[in-house]
Amino acid sequence: MTDQRLKEGVAAGRLSRDTLQDNFCDLHPPLDPHQAQVAADRCFFCHDAPCTTACPTDIDIPLFIRQISTGMPHAAAKTILTQNILGGMCARVCPTETLCEEACVRNESEGDPVQIGLLQRYATDSMMAERPHPFERAAATGKRVAVVGAGPAGLSCAHRLAMYGHDVVIFEGRNKSGGLNEFGIATYKSVGGFAQREVDWLLQIGGISVEHGKRLGEGLSLDGLKQDFDAVFLAIGLGGVNALSADPSAWDGVTNAVDFIGELRQSTDLSSVAIGRDVVVIGGGMTAIDAAVQAKLLGALNVTLVYRRSKARMAASEFEQDLAASKGVVLITSASPVSLSKEAGRMQITFEYSDDDLQPTGERFTLPADQIFSAIGQTLVSNDLPALDGRKIAVDATGRTQTAGVWAGGDCASGGDDLTVTAVAEGRDAAEDIHAQLATS
Amino acid sequence: MTSLETNFLGIKSPNPFWLASAPPTDKEYNVRRAFEAGWGGVVWKTLGSEGPPVVNVNGPRYGAIWGADRRLLGLNNIELITDRDLYVNLEEIKRVKADYPDRALIVSLMVPCDEASWKAILPLVEETGADGIELNFGCPHGMAERGMGSAVGQVPEYIEMVTRWCKEAYSKPVIVKLTPNITDIRHPARAAHAGGADAVSLINTINSIVSVDLDNFAPMPTIDGVGSHGGYCGPAVKPIAMHMVAEIARDAETAGLPISAIGGVTTWRDAAEFIALGAGTVQVCTAAMTYGFKVVQEMITGLSDWMEDQGYETLADFQGRAAVKVRDWKDLNLNFVTKAVIDQDQCIKCGRCYIACEDTSHQAIDMSEDRIFTVKDDECVACNLCVNVCPVEGCITMKRIEPGQIDERTGQVVQAEHGDWTTHPNNPMSSQAAE
Ligand SMILES: Cc1cc2nc3c(=O)[nH]c(=O)nc-3n(C[C@H](O)[C@H](O)[C@H](O)COP(=O)(O)OP(=O)(O)OC[C@H]3O[C@@H](n4cnc5c(N)ncnc54)[C@H](O)[C@@H]3O)c2cc1C
Ligand SMILES: Cc1cc2nc3c(=O)[nH]c(=O)nc-3n(C[C@H](O)[C@H](O)[C@H](O)COP(=O)(O)O)c2cc1C
Ligand code: SF4
Ligand code: SF4
Ligand code: SF4
Repeated sequence: MTDQRLKEGVAAGRLSRDTLQDNFCDLHPPLDPHQAQVAADRCFFCHDAPCTTACPTDIDIPLFIRQISTGMPHAAAKTILTQNILGGMCARVCPTETLCEEACVRNESEGDPVQIGLLQRYATDSMMAERPHPFERAAATGKRVAVVGAGPAGLSCAHRLAMYGHDVVIFEGRNKSGGLNEFGIATYKSVGGFAQREVDWLLQIGGISVEHGKRLGEGLSLDGLKQDFDAVFLAIGLGGVNALSADPSAWDGVTNAVDFIGELRQSTDLSSVAIGRDVVVIGGGMTAIDAAVQAKLLGALNVTLVYRRSKARMAASEFEQDLAASKGVVLITSASPVSLSKEAGRMQITFEYSDDDLQPTGERFTLPADQIFSAIGQTLVSNDLPALDGRKIAVDATGRTQTAGVWAGGDCASGGDDLTVTAVAEGRDAAEDIHAQLATS
Repeated sequence: MTSLETNFLGIKSPNPFWLASAPPTDKEYNVRRAFEAGWGGVVWKTLGSEGPPVVNVNGPRYGAIWGADRRLLGLNNIELITDRDLYVNLEEIKRVKADYPDRALIVSLMVPCDEASWKAILPLVEETGADGIELNFGCPHGMAERGMGSAVGQVPEYIEMVTRWCKEAYSKPVIVKLTPNITDIRHPARAAHAGGADAVSLINTINSIVSVDLDNFAPMPTIDGVGSHGGYCGPAVKPIAMHMVAEIARDAETAGLPISAIGGVTTWRDAAEFIALGAGTVQVCTAAMTYGFKVVQEMITGLSDWMEDQGYETLADFQGRAAVKVRDWKDLNLNFVTKAVIDQDQCIKCGRCYIACEDTSHQAIDMSEDRIFTVKDDECVACNLCVNVCPVEGCITMKRIEPGQIDERTGQVVQAEHGDWTTHPNNPMSSQAAE
């Protein structure tokens, strides 16, 4: 059999099913009980722990690790989930190397943090596998809240509100819940259909109904929601993508990395996902890395990631850059795309080197490409929104927008990093504020 | 619904976790913080008689032993009783008790061994509204040299006498805190019981020298070139404390006497074990001193989760259930025969079980050329050493030889009925032989 990886153009089945399965298994395999004990034993139970301060959801990390040490992973999970209801997903997708684990004092003493992410996963996995949903609804309040978007921000907000006894309706534009947990996160970070399992588990609290295929701005209006509900929480994420230049026709043939990733995540048979022999990814964030790594894992022969500024300026962490390099992705920095041409059905994309202020140097190079993925950032779409702050919905610290009765959080709202864990924190905090507000009205 | 609520001698606390009389309970500031952190009760740092308070050393008063990763395993101290004025302490106790009526507040006392001294302090304590007193007959250093603490606790007659004085002059529960620095804990416990004690608490710290500085040839902690023996506590002392608690729980004379267990309680599990051995509450010192008051949160959540898993609604549902299973050696069933079994899938082939058995036990493990380790049933005496030295948890287990089967080591058929030393033919005093 000829090596399918050498086949020109865009083709499915470049690797055997077995290889694909190996390639897309857990990036960090879960800890077994003994490994968890050993890892937990390293925690010093710090006072006013720096790791907790670094966690956007303020999980009491020393307490949950101690609960693991004493053989009580379910108690540990409850400590985690009380602060972060998507603690299971966050354990898998958080860039811990720039959050809790970066702050761990073990870095100071021996350059090696406690494995907080993996311990969090150990606890939450045990709970979800072995225990019923750990939270109960308070008595019904009769108040109704609309949540728009069933991503991490929307789900987190809905759960907290339901816990307080409010009735929640989530309006979700897609036909599946989860947001980018389901459509964006790299496959090897969330294996085994975890995103849907987590959504189902979260909804066990009761009092939340999800209406799929309902979009704000298409049939649903903000005014209508305000009329029908006691409060509205907007968590629509960033549905659009930035364009490479003002003239889209010049880049005909370039696809959005998020669409590629979404298609990959929804595929039930990885050997049916087509990938180019030569793939170029433009961008320097998590999405660019995820697209490049997954292209490589699907069997692309050459994957080149090109970022316009220097390596140090990449939004992707050093860990992620190293991950890409270890999978065979070639990283080129300080170069911006200038033109695209097509010859005999193949694309040729030309880049020009530039310095960190994006001043071109005049030197150019050209890469052949069967596929080009653009990953230069997502943007907010929808017309029927409260006032913006720059390119996002303006909110205060509690998530209130400038429209009374409307809160927003997650990627669509101003402030905070665009991370799953930040979205969860903002959803939770908005729920607290909504709850406080509803109690007085 | 699981409840950790505790009723010990009529003193109620929301959970069985009390702070032992020691630095964590030295003053109002600490005790308030402890209650805020969730502790069910405290035993206030031991008060002495009116007058100028004792003074502590001004150099290091603690020494310790650690695991390889600095986990503190044992702590040693040469601290005395409170070095703060009696009346300041009493004022603080009164204020704190008034503000925390739902928590247990016990006052620990140690005054000279004469009736006048005890009868002088008791009304003052009564006045604070505290829930009870604990007589510190345990402190093994410093105070003992002055005829107090363990110097009293080592003489059962003194214990009985002082306890009786206190019961006469004080209306609320009297707990007697015992020293482990004796040969048989049952004697001081019986004395406390005879004196009318409502409960005993144990253990106080164990006489110890925790380490020797080999540069200066002095015990540590070292004060100006020399040192003194101190009191040992922390995780390392728990096995000793558990034995003593069990001895009191199963002694015919003291059976039923309430026990507040102390010694190495660090996690919920330690507490559950003590309660299973009969304790009504547990007291904690070193764990709080190592990790801060917040450590109680793990104890509370862990104990209630475990109880919920087991279907226990209250502490009474499992209290004492292990105490009745602590027996004398002579009562152990010699017809209970087991053999070690090595799980080859889990074995990492380190050879530790082999060399332990070969060099120091019964030469009952076989090692093949390609490092396969197997137990020889005809040699294995089931000592459990291999289980304890194997680095892989659960890799070596003990399998019972069912009655009716042959024990290959003895060639005998294993008997179904209980047969212990009291009836064994090799025992010259066995009841059978006597017949
Ligand atoms: C490829 C990729 C990889 C990533 N990897 C990581 C990672 O490894 N770790 C990490 O922490 N973060 C990662 N992120 C970021 C993270 O996924 C987001 O920060 C997070 O999902 C934001 O949550 P959200 O709820 O605000 O929005 P989203 O997850 O985007 O959810 C928004 C939801 O709203 C719905 N919606 C949108 N518009 C409407 C409308 N008008 N009406 C109704 N519903 C609507 C959408 O369908 C979607 O379900 C990644 C992002 C991408 C794109
Ligand atoms: C520094 C220190 C001071 C102590 N002081 C007292 C005391 O004043 N009165 C007393 O009854 N016990 C005192 N103890 C003993 C403790 O109350 C407790 O019995 C002992 O430490 C065992 O518990 P642990 O293993 O949880 O530390 C002291 C212990 C320490 C470490
Ligand atoms: S900083 Fe590290 S050692 Fe300290 S509590 Fe957090 S995980 Fe534990
Ligand atoms: S613990 Fe505090 S009081 Fe004790 S030696 Fe250290 S700094 Fe001084
Ligand atoms: S000690 Fe345990 S792991 Fe080591 S050889 Fe024996 S059975 Fe195997």
